[in-house]
Amino acid sequence: MIAGGVTAGSALGDAQAAAEPAPTSRVALTVNGTRRTVTVDNRTSLLDLLREHFGLTGSKKGCNAGACGACTVLVDGQRVNSCLTLTVRLEGAEVTTIEGLADGDELHPLQQAFIEQDAFQCGYCTPGQIMSGVGCIKEGHTGSPEEIRESMSGNICRCGCYVKIVRAVEQTAGRK
Amino acid sequence: MHPFDYTRVSDTREALNAGRRGGRYIAGGTTLVDLMRETVERPGALVDISDLPLREVTVTERGGLHIGALVRMAEAAAHPKVRTLYPVISEALELSASAQLRNMATIGGNIMQRTRCTYFRDVTADCNKREPGAGCAALHGYNRTHAILGTSDHCVATHPSDVAVAFAALEATVHVLGPDGERTVPFADFLLLPGHTPHREHALRNGELITAVEIPALPRPLRSGYLKVRDRQSYEFALTSAAVALHVRGGVIREAKVAVGGVGTVPWKLPAVERHLVGERPSDALWEAAASRAADGARPLAHNRFKLELLQRTVERQLRIVGGTK
Repeated sequence: MIAGGVTAGSALGDAQAAAEPAPTSRVALTVNGTRRTVTVDNRTSLLDLLREHFGLTGSKKGCNAGACGACTVLVDGQRVNSCLTLTVRLEGAEVTTIEGLADGDELHPLQQAFIEQDAFQCGYCTPGQIMSGVGCIKEGHTGSPEEIRESMSGNICRCGCYVKIVRAVEQTAGRK
Repeated sequence: MHPFDYTRVSDTREALNAGRRGGRYIAGGTTLVDLMRETVERPGALVDISDLPLREVTVTERGGLHIGALVRMAEAAAHPKVRTLYPVISEALELSASAQLRNMATIGGNIMQRTRCTYFRDVTADCNKREPGAGCAALHGYNRTHAILGTSDHCVATHPSDVAVAFAALEATVHVLGPDGERTVPFADFLLLPGHTPHREHALRNGELITAVEIPALPRPLRSGYLKVRDRQSYEFALTSAAVALHVRGGVIREAKVAVGGVGTVPWKLPAVERHLVGERPSDALWEAAASRAADGARPLAHNRFKLELLQRTVERQLRIVGGTK
């Protein structure tokens, strides 16, 4: 796939770069089971695509630098930071967000476990925690509370709900 | 983020053509996208190499390992051959970044990742690496996490990779493909000391592509491991770290490979420590004596003098963990 548009070299100043139309690309991907085709500015992150283009605001923009995990989604079944993922690279990819986790009205077991274990306070990091937890369970890093903590260290919780988050992941892994 | 053109290539020839025209290769993108957003990196064109067939881990004829440049950190860490032949590589990878980032980032990209020096990442600060001749804000700024080895008056930034420390210890080779064909670069020559030119960080020529990292065969049995010391227990860069591999036969150390991280402008090999170990019998006294050489030649800055002792203790502890006590 070749993206058309102008070449904005690093020699261009900000004003000059802003004055020219930024290169765009057409991308077809699947989000929560629905096939979508979009034309995006090449700079668009997956996180911005989800939130700004598709109205899927479950995934959160905490740091926008891959340091907090609030934007965690699954791409082709693997947990990744959507803020560091360029949409233009996702041709043919399958994306699952927190909005696509439940089966109709029935919550995903890890969503249910977060409620039962009271694993959140403000809730801001929760979608990322849950998507990361799904990845953690899938990867099999649930042998002990310590292993879960290590595997979930890419998700920061400022309310400090870590103990209960670990319990929720443990509960869900144990039921499988 | 500055605008950029995007091309996704399907074979290495196409990649090299795009690279020769000035395109910037992108693999996992975890460093590059982050730095593009900070406008530290401003490539005019990205060349997506994700589809290139560089994703295999194979055992070489001699019994070493050939790790494709596009193998994800998580894949390399979990690979049975990596785990059994070189635990030091698995451990270094697993102690790096987060699970999400390890699912994205690649081996080739990992060794190409740029420093975490906050002044490098802040485009309003003076940085010779980002802007040659601008000066170094870290030299007399807040430099607690900066390097004590391999520094110059122009740059004191550390290389942030963990697995590169293991590669340095094991004397790996970087396989490179360019317009003029293939070549190999010893790991010790791949990452460059800052000297007067801190903006020059690696031995790649224009348009060259890393295809693999090869780990040489080492005599067996080989025990190896990685220890990382940091401000928090997980998801943090090293203050100090140590990669150690030892071949002990007949109660005597026959081969010793030691390198350290978090302290050097490049992953720092410790030949003086290795020489102290070879030919000796493992003992607590030996670990202590060998590790006392770990910070030889170090130049501490205003806020990181603590790294001198921390480094010696890190090496001593890791020698004991890998070599045991007698």
